[in-house]
Amino acid sequence: MRFDRLTKGFSGLRVLKEGLTGNTGWTPHWRDPEPKPEYDIIIIGGGGHGLATAHYLASQHDITNVAVLEKGYLGGGNVGRNTTIVRANYMLPGNSEFYSHSLKLWEGLEDDLNYNVMHSQRGIINLFHSDGQRDAFARRGNQMIAQGDDAILLDRAGVQRLLPYLDFEQTRFPIYGGLYHKRGGTARHDAVAWGFARGADSRGVDLIQQCEVTGIDIENGAVRGVQTTRGAIRAKKVGMVVAGRSSQVAAMAGMRLPIESHVLQAFVTEGLKPVIDHVITYGMGHFYISQSDKGGLVFGGDLDLYSSYASRGNLPTAEHVAEAAMTLMPVIGKAKMLRSWGGIMDMTPDGSPVIDRTHIDGLYVNCGWCYGGFKATPASGHTFAHLLATDTPHPVAAKLRLDRFRTGRGILDEEATGSQHNLH
Amino acid sequence: MRLPCPICGERDRREFYYQGAAVALNRPAPDADADAWQDFVYLRENLPGDHQELWSHDAGCGAWLVVTRNTVTHAVLGAKLASEADR
Ligand SMILES: Cc1cc2nc3c(=O)[nH]c(=O)nc-3n(C[C@H](O)[C@H](O)[C@H](O)COP(=O)(O)OP(=O)(O)OC[C@H]3O[C@@H](n4cnc5c(N)ncnc54)[C@H](O)[C@@H]3O)c2cc1C
Ligand SMILES: [Zn+2]
Repeated sequence: MRFDRLTKGFSGLRVLKEGLTGNTGWTPHWRDPEPKPEYDIIIIGGGGHGLATAHYLASQHDITNVAVLEKGYLGGGNVGRNTTIVRANYMLPGNSEFYSHSLKLWEGLEDDLNYNVMHSQRGIINLFHSDGQRDAFARRGNQMIAQGDDAILLDRAGVQRLLPYLDFEQTRFPIYGGLYHKRGGTARHDAVAWGFARGADSRGVDLIQQCEVTGIDIENGAVRGVQTTRGAIRAKKVGMVVAGRSSQVAAMAGMRLPIESHVLQAFVTEGLKPVIDHVITYGMGHFYISQSDKGGLVFGGDLDLYSSYASRGNLPTAEHVAEAAMTLMPVIGKAKMLRSWGGIMDMTPDGSPVIDRTHIDGLYVNCGWCYGGFKATPASGHTFAHLLATDTPHPVAAKLRLDRFRTGRGILDEEATGSQHNLH
Repeated sequence: MRLPCPICGERDRREFYYQGAAVALNRPAPDADADAWQDFVYLRENLPGDHQELWSHDAGCGAWLVVTRNTVTHAVLGAKLASEADR
């Protein structure tokens, strides 16, 4: 494998060799196969989670007679639209072990995939602006440490040393301090999709683009395959991994999910010299920011807050985000905004995801990532592959059950905002 | 996005609070079974297209409205007072 990387995979030596020989040796990162009539497992959705599932099915469970069906192009959904923040700062059993597991997978991901996903543990600082918020963050920090992750409670001077350009004396919400999660950071979102795609393809998984699933075939309570815009494809098992479109696909199997789809926007400025070295979140307004390796300031805020299937938002949220940005770091007023866009979020009523079987034999569901599913990509794929391969939940995803909404047991309401989909 | 409040007329989206799909109008009987409550509290139809939803005219008259809105185009197709809506 190591030797392989020098000749076929990616390595410094290979870059050097290609550079000296006119870059003629590079080949496409994956094939473009025709769908076969039947597979052992079909994954619906070629986003980060679908591709990661396929990669781990092949690499961990040796199951390679698998197809990923994507209606558009690989990585064209939320995996290519997010603001790339990767962290493990949850504190509810069910979520905490899952995201801890995910961050550990991130830390070995580039080696596992032989792909530069530009994972950068630059640290996340969640600012707080009152005594009450400090207490809440101190508690969260302690839980994070107890679950094996890292957290440092910074006082005001501590934040000032790291982020001198913030406005500490804002009239209404002066900065009291911040919770510093050093292992948190960012990754290059497209590269994550491409790396998992290449990992799956190189082990024999068929990645089929421009192939929309239009129906799910069920006989006697068991799944038989799917109908697509490229014909019918049979399968013993089918996994639905379609994020914002989960309700639409589940409806093809006659199911209703605990999901309402909402639009979340993001914004990026022109490329600038390095100015922001961390990920920063504002504790008193909907605003968070980091700087991409291309130099753009990447930032966002809250949902537009009404149900939506449009991958674009409206002005009120953009305005709120801009106001919060100017309040926290007036220096941003000098930058020009380059682009804004939106993605469709699968919001659950407790803000936590679902990785589970359904009541239909052979049909599995992976959904409910709200606006935090990018950091979950490795663990989501890893544990969903485990479930598909072994029919038993992976221990770190065992609480992400679909029936928690029916029984009321194990509701995972991390922020305690109650059962309203857009509040998480 | 502007919503037509039957009391105040057409107003900017910023004046309104969004609650969710208009299922709140179909509250099950207190002794209904777990499925009925799951349906009401958690499950949603959530298909792209025309959507019936509950908005409150918070910064206006305070009335609760059932708004019909297309979730793909964001076009607002109508609004009536929740107190007068079919249930
Ligand atoms: C603006 C924004 C900012 C975000 N910021 C962050 C962040 O900082 N950190 C974080 O952790 N998360 C963030 N997220 C959330 C994260 O991006 C998502 O939770 C995650 O990407 C969802 O999983 P996915 O990658 O598999 O989804 P997607 O990439 O959306 O994949 C789903 C795929 O299914 C396909 N599909 C749908 N229907 C069908 C069908 N019928 N047939 C075939 N294919 C179908 C779609 O085309 C799509 O490619 C953000 C999201 C947005 C929009
Ligand atoms: Zn009104």
